[in-house]
Amino acid sequence: MSEAKSQFAQKLEALLGQKLATLSEERGETTIEVLPENWLAAAALLRDDAGLHFEQLVDLCGVDYLSWGDAEWDTTDVSSEGFSRGVEGAGPGRFSWANRPHPAHIPHRFGVVVHLLSLKYNRRLRVRAHCADDELPVLPSLVGLWPSADWFEREAFDLFGIVFEGHPDLRRILTDYGFVGHPFRKDFPLIGNVEVRYDPEKQRVVYEPVTSVEPRVLVPRTIRDDSRYEQADAERKAGGAK
Amino acid sequence: MQEIKNYTMNFGPQHPAAHGVLRLVLEMDGETIVRADPHVGLLHRATEKLAESKPFNQSIGYMDRLDYVSMMCSEHAYVRAIENLLGVEVPDRAQWIRTMFDEITRILNHLMWLGSNALDLGAMAVFLYAFREREELMDCYEAVSGARMHATYYRPGGVYRDLPEQMPKYAESKWHKGKDLERLNEWRGGSMLDFLDAFTQDFPRRVDEYETLLTNNRIWKQRTVDIGVVPPEQALAWGMSGPMLRGSGIEWDLRKKQPYAKYAEVDFDIPVGVKGDCYDRYLVRVEEMRQSNRIIKQCVDWLRKNPGPVMVRNFKVAPPSRVEMKDDMEALIHHFKLFTEGYSVPAGETYAAVEAPKGEFGIYLVSDGANKPFRLKCRAPSFVHLSSMDAIVRGHMLPDVVAMIGTYDVVFGEVDR
Repeated sequence: MSEAKSQFAQKLEALLGQKLATLSEERGETTIEVLPENWLAAAALLRDDAGLHFEQLVDLCGVDYLSWGDAEWDTTDVSSEGFSRGVEGAGPGRFSWANRPHPAHIPHRFGVVVHLLSLKYNRRLRVRAHCADDELPVLPSLVGLWPSADWFEREAFDLFGIVFEGHPDLRRILTDYGFVGHPFRKDFPLIGNVEVRYDPEKQRVVYEPVTSVEPRVLVPRTIRDDSRYEQADAERKAGGAK
Repeated sequence: MQEIKNYTMNFGPQHPAAHGVLRLVLEMDGETIVRADPHVGLLHRATEKLAESKPFNQSIGYMDRLDYVSMMCSEHAYVRAIENLLGVEVPDRAQWIRTMFDEITRILNHLMWLGSNALDLGAMAVFLYAFREREELMDCYEAVSGARMHATYYRPGGVYRDLPEQMPKYAESKWHKGKDLERLNEWRGGSMLDFLDAFTQDFPRRVDEYETLLTNNRIWKQRTVDIGVVPPEQALAWGMSGPMLRGSGIEWDLRKKQPYAKYAEVDFDIPVGVKGDCYDRYLVRVEEMRQSNRIIKQCVDWLRKNPGPVMVRNFKVAPPSRVEMKDDMEALIHHFKLFTEGYSVPAGETYAAVEAPKGEFGIYLVSDGANKPFRLKCRAPSFVHLSSMDAIVRGHMLPDVVAMIGTYDVVFGEVDR
């Protein structure tokens, strides 16, 4: 980035040094990325440094970067029959459990994003790390630093299957008792994998594969480059450099 | 001698004081709590995942259903996140309307909290008082959006439409007639702003009424004073915000510290507690209602004087008017594209937070440039507060757990999402 780095960014760079992988400042929000092996150490520095003092962990969440930037409707090329068909996509919500995509290995698919807040300096910071292994995404737990990470990490584990090493009580939190799978992964169907109903013969609630709903999404996922955003972006950058 | 063991008890999910669907597994030593393990998720609807399969605008309605007693505040965080990424400037009048409705929502939420918390702790009458005023404010929701709760009124770029010129009146019916009907329609002669003006004149007196019922009430104080004390360090460590944090004496309010909408231009105070017990948080919330009333009054005054647009004139984001569509081809195309495909949001990520009545409600929005969010994360204050349950209620008695659940002001729509 060409624009001058803010004082805050310089302070972060000085403090984290080698631990800092990338730093970006956009729309007045600062995002840093660290490697998973530096996750805990960087977090401790951010919390305890007198000049930063991030005493609150506001939010922690998992992100699945599978299918990033995939559009279902190609409108760049026109064939003799017109555009491609938007209904033929296999984006989120358009497949059932049996037909779910088995993605090719894409590196660093799972990320964990943390939002920190310093009440003292009235400042926010976003910290991200990508888990090294996609088969078993692991990251050290932040519960020891901020107790509020407890439920957030349980949630990220439940929904994305990210394992937080050192978490005292890593159980599922939002899904049903005995649930299988991690529902917020991009290759998990929107309609779910099991449904429940009361079986009058067995006289209890039974779990069955989903049959009562069809995977259905009304609007195809499209990506359109809008030159106005590029212009606005350029103007903002020009304005910021002044 | 008989051996006495700890035993485990289920509190909820079918318990009136569980405020919805909280299943609390309590390990008890006699009547003292040894360990509390809240089981949540019984209302999990995967809102965040649903949003990934829909164009941006179609998820505004889901935000209402997260915290279903402070609807418009959640909408506000969501539309603000989209506006951040789009770089859309919202017209002034829309910002003032949002500020006003955020505060109406705050009063709605605090009244609900006051009524139900008092009911949990054995004071029946407060509930009836609180719902009397809620009715009037919900009429405002209805007048402006057509829905009494799930308004979907805020849109990226402004609000759906301007305030109505005429406040709807009650019609004569079997239930409303004669003097009763006259009383109900007394404030409804003019516009919605006239109605709100009359409301703000009257509301402080009504808050006094709640206070005569509770503030010096011996039973109320026995149930709340020194119960559920949250020291400031603990409040920070557990990520608390809103009245939970202010009750512990930390002066932190996003409306003041990181102002959005028109909060920088209105005059109001932030009440803080001293001890951080349930009683302090009660006082903080009651005072917040008075302050919200002040803000509404200022918004009404501004909105009366300054007519203007309430939505950006950017047809990529907001629909053109019906009239324009009749004879303008461009407008028709924009309308069609907007409602069939939506708008593409430039790639990037943002975190937009508002001071919702319960605390900081934040939306973390990641876009990859598509017409649907790539990832949406709702940071719900109730979720964070409830996670501290175990640490705070240990050593308290069983009835104090009820007081504590009440004072957290949890709503399971947003805990479970």
